[in-house]
Amino acid sequence: MRRRLKTRILITGAAAGIILLAVIFAGVIAPNDPYTTNALAIRKAPCADYPFGTDNLGRCVLSRVLYGGRTTIAATFFLVFLSFLAGTFIGMICGTCGGWADRLLMRIADILLSFPQMVVAIAVAGILNGGMKGAMIALGITMWVSFARLARSHTMSIRQEAYISSAILAGKSRLNIICTHIFPNLLAPLFTNALTQVGTTMIGLSGLSFLGLGVIPPTAEWGSMISEARAYIQIAPWAVLAPAAVTILTIVVFNYLGDLVMEYRETQG
Amino acid sequence: MKRSLSTGRKGRNDNVTRIVRWGKNLIRLIFILIILSFLVFALLYLAPGDPAEKRLTSQGIAVTKEVLDAERERLGLFRPFLVRYGEWLLGVFRGDFGVSFRDDLPVAPKLAAGLQKTVQLASASLLLSLIFSFPLAVLAAWKKDRVPDHIVCLLSFFGNSLPNFLISVLLMYLLCIRMRVFPVIASGSLQGLFMPVISLAIPMTGRFIRQMRAEFLVQLSEDYVAGMRRRGVKERYLILNVIRNSLGHILTIIALQIGTLMGGSVVIENIFRWPGIGKLVMESITARDYPVIMGFVLIMGTIYVAVNQLADICFHALDPRGQA
Repeated sequence: MRRRLKTRILITGAAAGIILLAVIFAGVIAPNDPYTTNALAIRKAPCADYPFGTDNLGRCVLSRVLYGGRTTIAATFFLVFLSFLAGTFIGMICGTCGGWADRLLMRIADILLSFPQMVVAIAVAGILNGGMKGAMIALGITMWVSFARLARSHTMSIRQEAYISSAILAGKSRLNIICTHIFPNLLAPLFTNALTQVGTTMIGLSGLSFLGLGVIPPTAEWGSMISEARAYIQIAPWAVLAPAAVTILTIVVFNYLGDLVMEYRETQG
Repeated sequence: MKRSLSTGRKGRNDNVTRIVRWGKNLIRLIFILIILSFLVFALLYLAPGDPAEKRLTSQGIAVTKEVLDAERERLGLFRPFLVRYGEWLLGVFRGDFGVSFRDDLPVAPKLAAGLQKTVQLASASLLLSLIFSFPLAVLAAWKKDRVPDHIVCLLSFFGNSLPNFLISVLLMYLLCIRMRVFPVIASGSLQGLFMPVISLAIPMTGRFIRQMRAEFLVQLSEDYVAGMRRRGVKERYLILNVIRNSLGHILTIIALQIGTLMGGSVVIENIFRWPGIGKLVMESITARDYPVIMGFVLIMGTIYVAVNQLADICFHALDPRGQA
């Protein structure tokens, strides 16, 4: 059972790796420049020069998908990473210090979770009007909470362990204990949580972009590409279907990977 | 608080504890709503520039120092922040959400008209996705790790991984352009309701199945189920008992999903030009019409908070252990 899970994780992980590599080396793989418009090749069907066809301005869809993936995936990972850092930090403080700081921070977290997340994100991103950065701030407001809660509860259970009391008796400082004992033990559950957040974050970010609250044109991004090309889907369906397909593929791969890793960790204990 | 409850004579009067709990719920609700309203009012100050400036720019008037100061005076911006917040809140209580920056018309009727349309759309998709997800979740939990479970889980996984804007774009492509079942631009008829409802319902069904299945599985692993099985109780009755005992949790799951539904309906309304509150808010964001945006967040937030509070009350009411 665990062996099978492990191979599945490896295969899905490899697929995720391929997506990441394709996006990182977009400059090498992309057949054309994603921003060069070509008046002679407007809404051209897929051919040898343009494997995924061209869009309304004669830009190569494949190149735009590759470069757009850079924007989407980089923003997603950056946002998840920041929430991971902020949430872990806050959660560890709450878990080790306790007292009023813990109560205050957890209260704030509770309140943030009692508002509809996407509604707040749309309003904040819309008012900030700051492109991708605004969209990331809008989603980040509530994203750190799940990390903070997880980090807090794990810190609290780790604190009961014998090695923590012996470290305290050995005269180690609180910071030292946090760095050497608590943080490394938190990594596995928090990393799993981060992995499951990737898909949701990508859905949220590309949704905001689709609404026009994300990237500022002409920057390539999957959500905004779909939104743009939707207007002429009858004439050039490939300009919608290509970014749609890669969005679905990426989200499916990362969601599946998150599920598998979670299952793997559950069967462990 | 917990301590004072447990040291009191046990079972003295359950009504008292219930009233105390309701009171606590109510205080919590009011507290959260006050914070919500405060944050919504602060939204106005999130972007650079004060309301007078925003109002003038959104109306396309050239901003000079004199015009700006006159406008500030007229809007009462020289008074303290908290006073203005209080006045705004008082107005909201009376159903007055201010006047639109764009056309100087009161915001409340616009929001009400949009909300009505959005509620139609949202409740239709909620109903549709419950009709599908509930039986499928029961089936999957009952046949755990067998073929029906795998199929349902796979479907739910894909539903969960599809952003709703993608579903609607793909549906449009398939049904309107490829198969020509529907006209590309549908009016507000039943036919026009079909595609937005489906687009909202598919991801929601995926999430519902996943969460409900997990909840049923928790119930199925309880001792009472094992006991019933040993006593030879028919599976039919066993399932009915399990469903009865998970109802509270399922209500909570549904209430939490309403937040996602609200965000999703903004996207869907804009794609299908459904004249709901989500379409209104996107138009207002482009026009920098702050009173509408604030009203939108306040209304949606209040509905969400109230629905979840209600679900919490129902959760306790449905739990027979609380009444014993």
